[in-house]
Amino acid sequence: MKNLRLIVSNFLRGLGEATLFLFSIFGAVPAALLRPRLIAQQLYSVGVLSLIIIAISGSFIGVVLALQGYRTLSSFGAASSLGVLVALAIVRELGPVVTALLFAGRAGSALAAEIGLMKATDQLSGMEMMAVDPLRRVVAPRFIAGIIAMPLLASIFTMMAIGVAGGHAVGVELLNVDAGSYWAQIHNAMHGRDIRDMLIKSTVFGVAVSWIAVYQGFHAAPTSQGVSRATTSTVVISSLAILALDVVLTAFMFR
Amino acid sequence: MTTAGSDTLVRVRGLRFGFGPRTIYDGVDIDIARGKVTAILGPSGTGKTTLLRLIGGQWRPTGGTIEFDGVDVHQQSRKKLFALRKRMGVLFQSGALLTDLTVFENVAFPLREHARLPEAMIRDLVLMKLEAVGLRGAAALYPEQISGGMSRRVALARAIALEPDMVMYDEPFTGQDPISMGVLIRLIRGLNAALGLTSVIVSHDVAEVLSISDHVYIVSGGKVLDHGTPESIRNSTSPLVRQFLHGEPDGPVPFHYKAAASYATDLLGA
Repeated sequence: MKNLRLIVSNFLRGLGEATLFLFSIFGAVPAALLRPRLIAQQLYSVGVLSLIIIAISGSFIGVVLALQGYRTLSSFGAASSLGVLVALAIVRELGPVVTALLFAGRAGSALAAEIGLMKATDQLSGMEMMAVDPLRRVVAPRFIAGIIAMPLLASIFTMMAIGVAGGHAVGVELLNVDAGSYWAQIHNAMHGRDIRDMLIKSTVFGVAVSWIAVYQGFHAAPTSQGVSRATTSTVVISSLAILALDVVLTAFMFR
Repeated sequence: MTTAGSDTLVRVRGLRFGFGPRTIYDGVDIDIARGKVTAILGPSGTGKTTLLRLIGGQWRPTGGTIEFDGVDVHQQSRKKLFALRKRMGVLFQSGALLTDLTVFENVAFPLREHARLPEAMIRDLVLMKLEAVGLRGAAALYPEQISGGMSRRVALARAIALEPDMVMYDEPFTGQDPISMGVLIRLIRGLNAALGLTSVIVSHDVAEVLSISDHVYIVSGGKVLDHGTPESIRNSTSPLVRQFLHGEPDGPVPFHYKAAASYATDLLGA
């Protein structure tokens, strides 16, 4: 009981500190927006460098979904609806969620490790002593870049999974589902609302992962163990946060 | 009385600071004279680096005041504190160079952040600073491509980029080979005179520090044990100062860390 109370109080304290840190980042965002070059550099780091893993994963998931879907749908004589199954599953759920999980593992951990190491090697202290605010110079550009990158990466994941080398490749090219049916049924079943919800979800996940990553890095103990712990915590907490937020967002979106 | 316009650039009065129950400073008074090289000497773990962070306003003392040119460092808004910091350069023990920037860009960093200067002028200023520390030829290299001694010289060039009033050196000689050490000693003394700086060196390298300082403070156990010119420190009769200066393994600072039980009790059991 005592341990449980300690865990809860530690969790609440951490959440409070992280929330205050988020407000500090919001305060630093306007200054960071005036330096688009810094944001572009970070977009390259968290976005462009994540492209390959996102694109390949999108293709694999599209392929698997098409294979599994075809088997079930064809037993009902509804194989022509394969496109709908793949598209709705990817756009509504798997696109934003899997992209966010991959983003947390690739970019989130890198952000936390980079900021943590900057702290451990006195680079952040050095900036402060040069009268440069690390929140504006280091944290805010990475935070903004993470938020911008996530919806873009989720869109690329979705395109890869539904078309190009994913569902379309397997369903149409391999399993001979009619290409016209594949795309026409997607066109009929999917609404602008689905795309909007996907973009909202991935933006929210982008905020959560970027916030957790910069917080963990900035507050890492300045030791190798501290940086390692910050990196691990970023991936674990981000993954849980993504899944929890997905439950909440999906519940609201289906009302 | 404040220090503005006086011979004292930094005035520390009644400084108290600690980490949790551990007291680092317990009522310390220190004066850093304008235009001089002042050394803070003391054994490892006495809080020498902490003193620099307190002077720079990164940490807040639990008691006492620190004035920089007559201004209480810890009573300033963040904006005013940053304005004060532009007048202080710090050379961290690790160099603290930004690893994703070249040597040139590291030195240009404070200029780009604070001075709206044309690119050509930034280039000239950076090359002049690098020339002053003998590393103009290393401008295009990254921090991982240069030695530890060179890193400190780059950090020194960066610390003087904004032409501050004061430069604080955190253990500048630690881990340096004799050549690098000689270069750093010459640079610290030379730049202090050439740029009209005030220098503060925290170190435990006794011989090197005494050779270039105008005034020396010995700190240990949260107190200033002694202070004066290097000559008077060398002639100090304080047992603790003598132990520190001569590197004696036992004395007022005991060889053995205090244990809860006696040696015999620990070995044989109660």
